[in-house]
Amino acid sequence: MKLFGDLWASFILALSNLGSQCRFLMLLVWRTPRALLRFQLISDQVYNSGALSLVIIMLSGLFVGMVLALQGFTLLQRFGSESALGTAAALGLVKELGPVITALLFAGRAGTALASEIGLMRATDQLSAMEMMAVDPIRRVVVPRFIGGIIAMPLLSVVFCMIGIFGAQLVGVQIMGVDQGSFWSQMRAAVELKDITEGIVKSMAFGVACSLIAVYAGYHAVPTAEGVGRATTRTVVTSAVVTLFLDYLLTSVFL
Amino acid sequence: MDPIEPLIQIRGLDYSINGRSIFKNLDIDVPSGKVTAFMGPSGTGKTTLLRLITGQLFADRGTVIVDGQDVTSLSTDGIYRLRRRMGMLFQNGALLTDIDVFENVAFPLREHTRLPERLLRQLVLMKLQAVGLRGAAELMPAELSGGMSRRVALARAIVMDPQILIYDEPFVGLDPISMGVVLRLIRHLNDVMGLTSIVVSHDVKEISAVADLSYLLSGGGVAAKGTPRELHDNPSEIVHQFMGGLADGPVPFHYPAPDYYESLLARGRGR
Repeated sequence: MKLFGDLWASFILALSNLGSQCRFLMLLVWRTPRALLRFQLISDQVYNSGALSLVIIMLSGLFVGMVLALQGFTLLQRFGSESALGTAAALGLVKELGPVITALLFAGRAGTALASEIGLMRATDQLSAMEMMAVDPIRRVVVPRFIGGIIAMPLLSVVFCMIGIFGAQLVGVQIMGVDQGSFWSQMRAAVELKDITEGIVKSMAFGVACSLIAVYAGYHAVPTAEGVGRATTRTVVTSAVVTLFLDYLLTSVFL
Repeated sequence: MDPIEPLIQIRGLDYSINGRSIFKNLDIDVPSGKVTAFMGPSGTGKTTLLRLITGQLFADRGTVIVDGQDVTSLSTDGIYRLRRRMGMLFQNGALLTDIDVFENVAFPLREHTRLPERLLRQLVLMKLQAVGLRGAAELMPAELSGGMSRRVALARAIVMDPQILIYDEPFVGLDPISMGVVLRLIRHLNDVMGLTSIVVSHDVKEISAVADLSYLLSGGGVAAKGTPRELHDNPSEIVHQFMGGLADGPVPFHYPAPDYYESLLARGRGR
């Protein structure tokens, strides 16, 4: 009986959190038009969330592409269709691995940075100071970071896919000896605009979700060292789960 | 001392957090052009009172009239408009850590005005000169001492030429020299800029040197009110304990706890 009660309480808490996040999202959307007028603030955040995540995204993309080629080659060789390696790697990266792994890495690198930065601003009274200077912290601090994340995510995902395909080519063609011509031509023939759209739409959705989760956690962090730590952890955990859930949802929509 | 003309009037204010009453039927007048101090033991709600005046918190009951406007009934836009006429110095300075001293002081001007860069620079340098930190304009907040941070925050608080300047525990953690500097600045800025200043503090000696009127808050209301001299001469036990810095009195030394003897004899982890 106690277990049931606890489960019910957790469910209600999760539901109220979701409601509160949706309300926060509406608030951000409402303040976005005015925040867009100050593009410098947003471009700074695209740099912080995007450009500063480039190294980790590129390195991960390279290794994921290389592993994909290695595994794909072994599998396809059984059926004598190694030449389809380019198609397999490109589709896998563009439709699934690119957006998903980019989102997970984004949550770990940029999301935690956003949450802890905003949380620390709250803990050190910087947000209250802004309010006292008649500056709305949501418009000045939260919205630019939120939009910056949404812009950065698809761009990072594209970079991830490009480097991933390069990694797959490196292993597949240069090491495993797949024919260069068939690697590229089959990829070009098989990957359609619809596949790329699917990848971009997914990464945009992940961008909205991961950025929202990060700024929400930071803005609502308990203003103590422990509170900021919890907000950071919550950002990564929630972002990962929500990304994978959204991925399933969007994949089923695109099928 | 009778206030000349109250710029801030608080009447019948009730405020509670999570069912715990902080203020009960509180009446306060802050006279225009004077330095008014809110004193009291820790946890009496001094900072909460500031937040109620600035519209960061809202009273359960009663009115908070600031320059003729009731903060409790203002819209968010109205509160933001009112705050443009207020400056506030936070306990730790609350400087924005990702920009330098100059940009911190320039922040309100950049947000609220479209001044030419040259004029903005002159204004910022004038305010930094007033707090003696023009030479530190290019330093980052992390490179400043506690006293310097607070002076930069003070320059930022006065950069929009406010009507009301609020100081939240301005002396905490300062060395005697920095404390003297901040004290002198509070009085000097108040008189030169024609401000109305509110200082929240529990440093009796320091605040007595600078305040025109002091309120001693305790138990959810005003325990005593008057000039620092009047407060010193007040016969009330709580005023005597606070002004004399006595460890025990109406404000007990011990936090409420079960019987000491019983606690010591209790088994297990029970405390």
